[in-house]
Amino acid sequence: MATQLIQLTGVSKNYRKGRETVRVLDGISLGIDKGDFVGLMGPSGSGKTTLLNLLGGLDKPTEGLVEVDGRVISALSPGALAKWRSSNIGFIFQFYNLLPVLTAARNVALPLLLTSLPASRRKQHVNTALQLVGLTERASHYPRELSGGQEQRVAIARAIVSDPPILLCDEPTGDLDRSTADEIMDLLQRLNRDYGKTIVMVTHDPRAASFAHRVLHLDKGELGAPPEETPGAPGGTSP
Amino acid sequence: MFGWLTQTAALAALNLRSLPRRPGAAAVAMSGIAALTGVFAGVLSMASGFEKTMEGSGQEDVALVLRSGSTAELNSRFSSEQADVIRYAPGIVRDAAGEPRVSSELFWIVNAVGKSSGTEANVALRGIQPAGYALRKGYRLAEGREFTPGRFELIAGRGARNQFAGLEPGQMIRFGKTEWLVTGVFEAGGSVFESELWCDVNVLQSAYQLGSGFQVVRAQVDGAAGRARLEEALDGDQRLAVDVWSEEQFYSEQAEDTTALIRVIGIPISVLMAIGAIFATLNAMYASIAARARELATLRALGFGSLPAALATLLESVALALLGGVLGCAIAWLALNGFQASTLASSFSQVVFNFAVTPDLLAQGVTAALVVGLVGGVFPAVRAAMAPVTVALREL
Ligand SMILES: Nc1ncnc2c1ncn2[C@@H]1O[C@H](COP(=O)(O)OP(=O)(O)O)[C@@H](O)[C@H]1O
Ligand SMILES: [Mg+2]
Repeated sequence: MATQLIQLTGVSKNYRKGRETVRVLDGISLGIDKGDFVGLMGPSGSGKTTLLNLLGGLDKPTEGLVEVDGRVISALSPGALAKWRSSNIGFIFQFYNLLPVLTAARNVALPLLLTSLPASRRKQHVNTALQLVGLTERASHYPRELSGGQEQRVAIARAIVSDPPILLCDEPTGDLDRSTADEIMDLLQRLNRDYGKTIVMVTHDPRAASFAHRVLHLDKGELGAPPEETPGAPGGTSP
Repeated sequence: MFGWLTQTAALAALNLRSLPRRPGAAAVAMSGIAALTGVFAGVLSMASGFEKTMEGSGQEDVALVLRSGSTAELNSRFSSEQADVIRYAPGIVRDAAGEPRVSSELFWIVNAVGKSSGTEANVALRGIQPAGYALRKGYRLAEGREFTPGRFELIAGRGARNQFAGLEPGQMIRFGKTEWLVTGVFEAGGSVFESELWCDVNVLQSAYQLGSGFQVVRAQVDGAAGRARLEEALDGDQRLAVDVWSEEQFYSEQAEDTTALIRVIGIPISVLMAIGAIFATLNAMYASIAARARELATLRALGFGSLPAALATLLESVALALLGGVLGCAIAWLALNGFQASTLASSFSQVVFNFAVTPDLLAQGVTAALVVGLVGGVFPAVRAAMAPVTVALREL
């Protein structure tokens, strides 16, 4: 039955805001195949980041099941979940989230500190990842010495360095200009096509969304049909 | 487990690397801890220095005879007849000529001007008899000559000469109605006697109309057994009402009052400073984890655990405290070790002593700093571990 890599069944997420409970996700069921490239769109505050966090095991659903590769991750303990994340998920954030005190290479190496790989093998992996994103010659640069696009490519190298099957991207081009955004999208497409990464990407940008195999729309916590006509320049600016 | 150890090490290294990015709060915490450590080590070194001086002063084989009930030389008193009875009592060691090794002494307080303070302070002017020199261990004339019996001459202890003006050999100094010639400077093994001025006891009696009596009789005895014999003999004598002390015990009891006072004042100050330092550390560590909330959340998203995050925060706090502690110790050591000070002792005269900043005290100072670091780091560490990743990731 488990032909799908990611399976959400009746997933809801509530947040408490003072006394009242806000239902951010409402009974979402969704399957994502291995090797799929899914775009996730929707207005600001519609729960896109929340959904991504549930997929990545950063948060747990109030109701429902999140299964990845046949495993119910929503039932794992926080410690087990952290370990699971380190080998299954690569996160890519809108603002890159690189550590400013580390060079590009050391930022990329961070996830490998969670493995038992010897130092020489770690270095190999880092070089491979940096090569893949085309930043070999920037290995010893600090984030402040890099452009936004370069920073995002370092972040992508960090996300793939331990070779996780799934990449979760939260508005990866949200802070980049158009041509840089295209470069990043090309890179993600390559990771999907040539390296078989399953990608779920939140975006506001229809251009970015066009790289996905399919696009899901989230509105008021529910997955729905796409809006009638997507305007050329969406106005959302949610982080 | 190997995993969380390496994780902790990696996170701690990251924390330390980011220390210079937030110099403000870290510097405040560090200087608070340094000040605490410095004061703490300072107080302890003062007490231990004073103790060392006092405890080095007394000898086990010297007996001190004081009027019954007197705990200080100053409030003891004998007539010369009583002093003679004591002089020839059993238990006292005699020299080759058969003369008892005894010095009947007077302990008089005069005013001298402090070199650094410029204010008047009490200094002991002690009248001794010729046997008095040999009764002090390590007595040595360092400069000039000894006073001539029968003249208004005195010799100054090294500590007294250093602390007070007008005590160089050859100088005349006036105490009350009498002018004295300083003929020399003596050492006495770093003991409390180096804080005193010595003169001929008979000259002292006439200089200040003290009559023919004495305040204390010092006698060489044959160890504890000799002292016991002396005590027995004097106790049985109807003409006397005296206490016989071991000189060693007398001075260590005198030290206790003052060291207790130093500690009574110093320890609460240290405790207050420790509380201040803990709050500064708390503040610095909360600032540290707040400034790096998103970084920490990112690391947690990558798969770093919450226990390593907590331990690394604690390590950062302890490292901060260690730096502060070492700094404080270095300052205390550079500024205070061997620093000479004087304080009013329970003899009501100034005792000159050196601060003794020993490795032992430095270890205690650093331990105090580490305790502050641990206590100040615990709550921030718990917060670092408990902070929900998703919330911190949303913050910019
Ligand atoms: N920890 C939280 N506590 C309370 N409300 C939250 C929390 N996280 C998110 N929300 C709320 O959930 C809703 C969806 O947030 P989010 O998933 O970030 O939306 P999107 O990414 O689509 O902009 C928002 O209204 C947000 O305020
Ligand atoms: Mg969002």
